This record gives sequence, C-alpha cells and structure tokens, in this order.
Amino acid sequence: MTPKRVVITGMGTVNPSGNSISEYWESLCMGQSNIKLIDSFDVSKYTTKFAGLIENYDFEQILDKKECRRLSKFILFGYAATLEAVNQSGLSIDKYADHVGVEIGSGIGGIDVLEKMTIALHERGPNKVSPFTVPMMIIDMISGFISIKTGAKGPNCSSVSACASGCHAMGNAFQMIKNGKAKAMITGGSESAITPIGLASFCAAKSLSQDNENCKTASKPFDLNRTGFVMSEGAGILIFEELDFALSRGATILAEVIGFGSSGDAYHITAPAPQGEGGARAMQLALEDASLTYKDIDYINAHGTSTKMNDMNETAAIKSIFKDYAYDIAISSTKSITGHLLGAAAAIEAIASILMIKNNCVIPTINYSTPDPDCDLNYTPNKVINKQINTIMSNSFGFGGHNAVIIIKNYT
Amino acid sequence: MSLKQEEVFEKVKKVIVEGLGVSEELVKMESSYTDDLGADSLDTVELVMALEEEFGTEIADEDAEKLTTVTKTVEFILNKN
Repeated sequence: MTPKRVVITGMGTVNPSGNSISEYWESLCMGQSNIKLIDSFDVSKYTTKFAGLIENYDFEQILDKKECRRLSKFILFGYAATLEAVNQSGLSIDKYADHVGVEIGSGIGGIDVLEKMTIALHERGPNKVSPFTVPMMIIDMISGFISIKTGAKGPNCSSVSACASGCHAMGNAFQMIKNGKAKAMITGGSESAITPIGLASFCAAKSLSQDNENCKTASKPFDLNRTGFVMSEGAGILIFEELDFALSRGATILAEVIGFGSSGDAYHITAPAPQGEGGARAMQLALEDASLTYKDIDYINAHGTSTKMNDMNETAAIKSIFKDYAYDIAISSTKSITGHLLGAAAAIEAIASILMIKNNCVIPTINYSTPDPDCDLNYTPNKVINKQINTIMSNSFGFGGHNAVIIIKNYT
Repeated sequence: MSLKQEEVFEKVKKVIVEGLGVSEELVKMESSYTDDLGADSLDTVELVMALEEEFGTEIADEDAEKLTTVTKTVEFILNKN
C-alpha cells in the first residue's frame, strides 16, 4: 500500500497563554502568559510557588455539572480543546464514525483525582473512596471520554512518555493514517499536574525554577541564568486527516505532517544522555521518515525546558545533526512564554509552529539576556522575526529517556 | 407524607440533584434511580456514599442494593433513625 499523506485540518487549545487558538496566538506574539503565584492551595512551604494556570474557562458551558465535578482536570482541558479543533476542521464525526480515531497523550493524567481519593482513604477509610477514582484518573480515559462525547469509533488509545507524550500521540496518530488504519485522528496532549503532590514531587526532583520573586520571567530557556522549568497546565488538540479524505470533504488544510522519529536514551531516569545522543537520533529518524535532509528545515521548536541539562544537551544534539547550519537555523523555545505543559507541551508547540508557518514569522525565546557558552545557537531572542517558514521540526524529550520529533510543513 | 417523611425526602432530593446532576422537578417519591433518573451502577454507588454523608450514617452493601427508588431510600432512612 502506498503510504497516505497526512494533513492537519483543525486545532484547539486551553493553556496559560490563551483559552482558544486566537487568544494563544495573540499571547505568543506579545510574549504573554498566565504564569503566577498559585493560590488554589497553600504553597507557603513549597520551594516553588508559581505555575502557568488555566483560568477564566467555564467548563460547565461544555459539560454538565456532574461531569465537571467527577472528571480529572486533564480530561476537562482535553475535551475543551477537542471541541475547538473539531469545530475548526468541520469534520462530521458521526458520518465517518468508524474511521475517526483518538490518540491523546498525557504524562501524569488524573493525579488530582488520585490525590483527593488517597486523602479520603487515609482520613475516612476505604468506603469513602469514589467508584470513579480509577476511571477518572487513568490516562487513557481522555481518549475514551472524547470518543464517548464525539462518537469517534476508530482506533482509540493514549500515549504516555512524560514530557514527550503529546509528540508520541501525534506520531502514533500520523502513522495510523499514513498506514491506512484511520481516515482521521483526534490527537494531541493534555496535562493537569499542578496539585499539592504534583508540585511537591517536581520541587523535590529539583526540576523547577524557584525564582518566586520573578515568576513571570522565570522560564528562560538557553540563558546562562536559567534555573529550571516552569510548570504549566492545559491541552492542545489537533485533527489529523488523510489528505484525499480531507480534500474530498472540502476541508481547509492548515499544514501537512511529513515525518516522525522516536528513540530511547537507555541512560538515566531523569537526565538526558550526554550530548543529547538519544534526541539527536530521534531528529535524524524524523528527517529520514520525511525524506529530508537537515538543510530542508527552516525552524526548530526546541524542547527548551529552561533546565541546565536539557538545554545544554539539546543544543549539542542539534549541532550533531545540523552541522554548521545549526548556527544559522532559527530555533526557539515557546516554553519561555507558556511554561512547560509536560505531556501537552508538544501539542501546543506543534500548534504554535503551524501558526508560525501560516504567519511567516518566528515566535522568539523570551526572557533571554545572558548567553551560555554551552548554548551558542540562534534561539531567536526576545523579538518576533519575520521569515518565511515552510518546514518545521519540533522536539520533545521525556523523563525515562523518551525522545520524539515531529516534522510539519506548509501544505502546497 | 408525614412531616418527617417530607423532611427526609427534601434532603434525599438535594443529594440526588447534586449527585446525578438532574433537575429538582424530576425527582419524585416514585422515581427509580436507573429507570427515571439515568443513573448507572457507578452513579448509584456514589449516591449511597453521598447519602451516608448527608445523614451521618453507614449503609451496608446488602442494604444499598435494595435502595432502587427514592421511596425505598426515604423509608430506609426513616427506619434507620
């Protein structure tokens, strides 16, 4: 069978930089986010007291009260983004139900539900644990719930690879359509780990910036004075479709997915392999999958978390693949604006990259002031650059040594 | 309905409205949780937990299984107290 071409026809998001695609794009252009001190629980004893939060979204507008009360927030976020994406695509899921699948990733899933029920168990005993605990915390329920709500009856699963989950989900969805197993896929990622236990865990792992005084500018990827990542929540959802199917129903095509590569570090539970060796292999595999060379890439949306280790090793990985061109190619980390959405990061970064292709510009790495000798590439500091972007590469790496890279191009 | 029965019914109704997300008018003495109020097996488990909370009592599993309608629930609570 000839591999099918895969295009993108819809996008949706709720994230700290916007509760819709248009709000998100405006915030990216302005460098705005909703990174702020956490007030939903007592953070006085936490070393990090801030995060990127979803606010001002009334989930009771899209789901009934009972569902809002029971569902983990990552499912609420994912469903909200799905509605926007499906709406933009104009896809009548009912009409093609058996051919529309769902593959959405999350790194951590319903930790909010598990935490609440663990407290109920501890304080009040096993009979006070809700029957919805397991169904609402398991990561795959996001794909299950969205199929129940939308009627999508095609392949249905979830991808889990920490901060690469959203990229693996998109990669799996891409391959599903490319290999003729589905006509359309609802894909992307969602995350809601900003809870007392979620925040405490990342604080203990020393992964987070502790710059509580300057939380708005704490996410500074590739800067010498970077101090860790800024945790955020939210979701990004994309509609992938087989090209001929999208054309036949008259859909507006936003971009084309042309390559995916993934690898494992086989090295350490949290640290990346030296010189970003695993990430580099995933980039090379994605280029081969797309039948491109590194010279064909116009922009790299870096994983760029703002941790010492990631940014240094990702830089080394880019150099090993892009040779001398590594110093010229436009690179940025939009996490400088949005914070790090963990399992949803890759999805909102794919959306940002597609919007850059559509708008012929590069969204910069903001909060950048002091060059790091170990990070000496063109990270597009602070200012939006006007530039024609045809083909982008987006990197995602997760705890556990999971590396995933997707390549998307302008549809012509 | 006696005054006591009316009082218990109102409290049960409040728990049902909150728990099952149904409108108040839908909840009548004769309502069946599954047939009239759209509850599934997980909903009913959660509902029983909410009733235990509301009335500060424990409802054993074998009793909970019999509480299929609002009437049976109100009667059970009245007999228990």
